[in-house]
Amino acid sequence: MTTLSTKHLLGIKDLTADDIHLILKTAENFKEVINRPIKKVPSLRDITIANLFFENSTRTKLSFELAEKRLSADVVNFSSASSSVKKGETLIDTVNNILAMKVDMVVMRHPNPGAAVFLSKHIEAKIINAGDGAHEHPTQALLDAFSIKEKLGSIKGKKIAIVGDILHSRVALSNIFCLQKLGAEVMVCGPTTLMPKYIHSLGVKVEHDLRKALEWCDVANMLRIQLERQEIKFFPSLREYTMLFGLNKELLDSLSKKIVVMHPGPINRGVEITSDVADSSQSIILEQVENGVAVRMAVLFLLAGRA
Amino acid sequence: MMKPRIILDSKHLDITVTRLCYQLIEIHNDFSNTVIIGLQPRGIYLATRIHKKLQEILKKKDIKCGSLDTTFYRDDFRQKELVPNKTNIDFIIEGKNVILVDDVLFTGRTIRAGLDAMLAFGRPNDVELLVLIDRRLSRHLPIQAKYVGKTIDSITSEKVKVEWKETDGADKVTLLSND
Repeated sequence: MTTLSTKHLLGIKDLTADDIHLILKTAENFKEVINRPIKKVPSLRDITIANLFFENSTRTKLSFELAEKRLSADVVNFSSASSSVKKGETLIDTVNNILAMKVDMVVMRHPNPGAAVFLSKHIEAKIINAGDGAHEHPTQALLDAFSIKEKLGSIKGKKIAIVGDILHSRVALSNIFCLQKLGAEVMVCGPTTLMPKYIHSLGVKVEHDLRKALEWCDVANMLRIQLERQEIKFFPSLREYTMLFGLNKELLDSLSKKIVVMHPGPINRGVEITSDVADSSQSIILEQVENGVAVRMAVLFLLAGRA
Repeated sequence: MMKPRIILDSKHLDITVTRLCYQLIEIHNDFSNTVIIGLQPRGIYLATRIHKKLQEILKKKDIKCGSLDTTFYRDDFRQKELVPNKTNIDFIIEGKNVILVDDVLFTGRTIRAGLDAMLAFGRPNDVELLVLIDRRLSRHLPIQAKYVGKTIDSITSEKVKVEWKETDGADKVTLLSND
């Protein structure tokens, strides 16, 4: 296996286990590259990439932009807040106008689920989904898998608990697909109101007691409560959520084994995770961010290399 | 049908590697300011062999030897399916004399990419090229090796295969041709 089976990266669901292994292996090489004195390689110097962000982002946008620049691609950025989208232009029109300026790849974040798939059916360029609503966030799942593999040596047979707002989380869905394809066991944990109705059909364990979930797992991925996507109240108060589903040092230290703590960011310190846990030696939150650049370089490199 | 012809057998390969080592010592003395870098994927075996032999001859244990992958610097990664390999250079090359090592010098494109890749690690004082087999009639770029194990005349459709005891079971170099 030296090439990906897909032309775009729309979601983890479309990838094979071989695809994921290839991306993770290539990312190892790029991790070495970004730790060199000169962190740049000329691979994509003839490629132009447009980053289209129709939704706010700090980490993903910076991470993609750094990955693109370290591969020597030309980069144009676009965010909907300062664009003609506000004047009523449709998504296809916006993107076609950008493509008319000879862009080879599009990295897109959009608030609507399926936006990337929709675009890939109408556009010639290669599309990378950087998050589409509550659907998928494939590069986050890949960098999480990379970080787990780096920390624990392998993913196969490991137990991973995803805790928090499963209902609104694209990170949760992509992570479930990715980890299952790599042979891990996945459990989701959170209040019943924040569980999708058909969660059992994904073949994951469901738990509503945080302590039980943490005692079971090797890795806990703590998700952020996505208040911006919650139009109604899903739980009585943030304080109550924190008491039942927040991870603090006392709870972490009382477990029978040392688990690895992850968080996709941005952290609401003191809500889903306390500061002393986020900054503890068991947390790999900043490694996740570093690995994010390497994994995105691998995805861009492999997709660009594909005819 | 590819017909194989042996260019170097195990005995001659050993003699050639030993000669290359003495040629290196002639110029680089005790290797205190010289490092060896093998090009991935196949140059690293020759680099390791030379490194081992040099340490034996010079009775030194601190000669630096690394490996360098050129995939991200190649100009043809979109035409061929290439798999990146490990780069491992855990020493400083700034101001050093670098000996780049590869098994076969053919078009010169790998060496071109290797030179670019190496410069990401610093500015060496001097760079030299060592190859086991020089296919002198097939060059696409103005690149020559300073140290050559054996020069052969071959046409593009022919193939040179370098095998090592450690990975392929035996030390030998063969020329495969189509006639």
